[in-house]
Amino acid sequence: MDQIASDALTIVYGIANLALISLGLAIIFGMMRVINLAHGEFLMLGGYTVVVATNNGVNLWIAMLILAPLVVGVIGVVVERLLIRWLYGRMIDTLLATWGLSLLFIGIVTSIFGASTTTTISPPLGVITIGAYTSSGYELFLIGVAIALMAGVYAVLKLTTLGLLARGTMQNAEMAAALGVSTSRIYMITFGLGAAVSGLAGGLLAPITGVLPTIGVVYIAKAFITVISGGQAILAGTASASVLLGGVNGIVAFITGPTIGEVALLLLAIVLLRLMPTGITGRFFRKSL
Amino acid sequence: MRLARDFRGTLIVAALAVLFTLIAPVTLEFFTIITLTQVIGLAILGLSLALIWGFGGILCFGQTAFFGLGAYAYAIAATNIGGSTGAILIAVLVAAAFAAILGYFVFYGRVSDVYLAVITLTVSLILYSLIRRTSGPEYKIGDALLGGFNGTGAPPLNIPGDASAMLFPEHIFYVAMAALILVYILCGRVVTTHFGRVCVAIRENETRAELLAYDTRLYKLGIFTLGAAIAGLGGVFFAVGISRVTPDVFGLGQSALTIIWVIVGGRGTLIGPILATFALYYLTAALGTQQLLNTNLILGIILVIFVLAVPRGVIPTLTGWAATRRQRRALRARERRLRLRRPRGGEVAGEAE
Amino acid sequence: MRRGEVVLETRNLSMAFGGVRAVDRVDFTLWDGELRCLIGPNGAGKSTFFKCLTGQLRPTEGDVVIRDVHVAGREPHEIAALGVGIKTQVPNVFDGLSAEENIWIAARRWHGAERARTLTRETIERLQLGEVRTRIVGTLAHGQRQWVELGMVVAADPWLVLLDEPAAGMTHEETGRTAELIREINRSAAMIVVEHDMQFIRMISRTVTLFHEGRILMEDSMDAISADPVAREIYLGHRA
Repeated sequence: MDQIASDALTIVYGIANLALISLGLAIIFGMMRVINLAHGEFLMLGGYTVVVATNNGVNLWIAMLILAPLVVGVIGVVVERLLIRWLYGRMIDTLLATWGLSLLFIGIVTSIFGASTTTTISPPLGVITIGAYTSSGYELFLIGVAIALMAGVYAVLKLTTLGLLARGTMQNAEMAAALGVSTSRIYMITFGLGAAVSGLAGGLLAPITGVLPTIGVVYIAKAFITVISGGQAILAGTASASVLLGGVNGIVAFITGPTIGEVALLLLAIVLLRLMPTGITGRFFRKSL
Repeated sequence: MRLARDFRGTLIVAALAVLFTLIAPVTLEFFTIITLTQVIGLAILGLSLALIWGFGGILCFGQTAFFGLGAYAYAIAATNIGGSTGAILIAVLVAAAFAAILGYFVFYGRVSDVYLAVITLTVSLILYSLIRRTSGPEYKIGDALLGGFNGTGAPPLNIPGDASAMLFPEHIFYVAMAALILVYILCGRVVTTHFGRVCVAIRENETRAELLAYDTRLYKLGIFTLGAAIAGLGGVFFAVGISRVTPDVFGLGQSALTIIWVIVGGRGTLIGPILATFALYYLTAALGTQQLLNTNLILGIILVIFVLAVPRGVIPTLTGWAATRRQRRALRARERRLRLRRPRGGEVAGEAE
Repeated sequence: MRRGEVVLETRNLSMAFGGVRAVDRVDFTLWDGELRCLIGPNGAGKSTFFKCLTGQLRPTEGDVVIRDVHVAGREPHEIAALGVGIKTQVPNVFDGLSAEENIWIAARRWHGAERARTLTRETIERLQLGEVRTRIVGTLAHGQRQWVELGMVVAADPWLVLLDEPAAGMTHEETGRTAELIREINRSAAMIVVEHDMQFIRMISRTVTLFHEGRILMEDSMDAISADPVAREIYLGHRA
């Protein structure tokens, strides 16, 4: 019984982890139809923000929960103004430009901090025990954060004026523009918000994974798969794809080891895409957020 | 038609490349010749993407997946068989078969090109992280240890039929160059065939091609698989060139580079990306020796600048300039003639639309 | 009117978007050699109906039969492969290729290299595209692009031709030439033409099918429809 609870927790953590690293990408993709190839680097920058801040004596929680999203969010807004907005409607050029950006960020961070990890932070909150088994308290905390973030995005989309405008733009950008909504501003805020969520995720994961200029690579493959499998609905897409892919990955990894688990995740995603080319939310829950 | 003239151009370029092959070992240093083999492998990779993206319009961000599979398949097969000829064939087939299966899912699922880009990239990255985990002694195929992030050794080429007759580095250079030239001619020929022109037509307008009763999925799958086979061959020469294969062949950096070659060289040209491969290889090699500027930084800047400012790439932009200048000159000449004939021109030309 | 074989038939054809039935249980028959115009106000469902015929949309219900082949839900290329020539509302041409190459691609689908070249030359003459033969289609004027597309349809030598607003955006003179061309195509192929322009329809068609709210309201000659008070009210009235 205890073991089942402990294993279930591991799988749930896998799902939460997937949701966490994908949500920022999903926000930008869902609203702007832009796949941000620099997503991994936004996560990386979040991690570096936390490391630099804690090295300078800032409290870890403040660094992770406030500074990381703030810094990366501002970077996101700057990137949108300087680069992305020149490329709206040119999907492929946007992909390529964000890829260039990804390399640029890796290059800049490597130039400043060097190619290896500067300082590692150990995960706070210690361990918790479930009967005879132990589990990381920090992982439990991250599961909570993933749920809270989802709820937060839902609230913003559903309850605020910004959310209303954003949903309108999401449904029909031309119509929203015709009604006097400044799509340009909406896109800027969206990109900043997506970047901030990515920064937060990167900051929160820094104690577990450590930081490297090239750490983005570790995340992006899974984040891309999750977002594409999920489709364009931000919350329903991320949630359903995370549960499905993270669940299968977790269960297969549990039985056969992590390598096969990852292969299973990829195979499932590709088969899923053959059956539902527009993602899970392209087929089901179409009206969802 | 225009394409027939283009193929003559292909043959002229190929002739120049043959000339280079003959001169190179005489004029270049031995060490340069050795490194050239791996660059030729990379150039074949660039060529493969030039074919499927530049002509087929298929935005494959993970062309390195096929390149890396070719490299690993060659290393493993050559180690097991003990000869290189069959191993090359196996490498090409493995890359092509993998692409055919992947292509079936994405093209018959009618995945949009942005998704396709991201999926192919993801496949490449997953292969990267998979092969990095294979460092234990239990990960071996036949006699070949996969070796995790250290990679595995790639045996050199030998004379077909005689596994003990290894080729010298300059001979391997000749073989690699011959492969590049032949594949280049093959690609140049393919794009002038019915198949190739349909692929170009699909790039221009997939709906129209469908309405003309072409099964576009099949054509895309065809050119995608061909491109993957070529990339696999590139992987072979890359592996032979550095006599080792490491997971980096699947890495994000290699994928980005491949895209950059085609962006810089230009889409819709075959020679552009090949030249860009050589140029950028030596640029990054030069950058690698100094500490001031990080290579990723420079590549990132190049990519962003080209997307914003030179989206067509170097070669098409240059030929475009030349063409407009020619046209303008012809137009001016015609105007002059008209003016001579009719001193006060009241001609209404063209329609406003 | 001579009524031979049925070449195209829809039975109970419906296309719903969400809760809206853009095409509502339509039974439609086209006879051999016929040139039929589909008209109707905006949103009447004629374009949606057209897309169900060409395979660009998968009807939610009902059947489309083209010469005994059930094609509802088939891919556009499968429908075109039956010998059906299709021109969509938005000009769908190969913008980066020359006019000649555009037409060659169409001809080569059905014929060997030699025959395709001859056919391409003939089609270019027939459509008077000689002047723009080597021009890149993306740089041509709208009317000429439409003709290049018609050229692609003609070059495949179809026995059934479906055209969606072939004269849209054309000048008066161009419209006249297009009408002439359509009558010429009709000598060897049955045709369905979706059109707005009343004058153009008078130039080409004998029988007209009037769509309204996803259904066929009337099927008669243009004169009869113009004279009908209900039809005037819902369609012609809009234009007055």
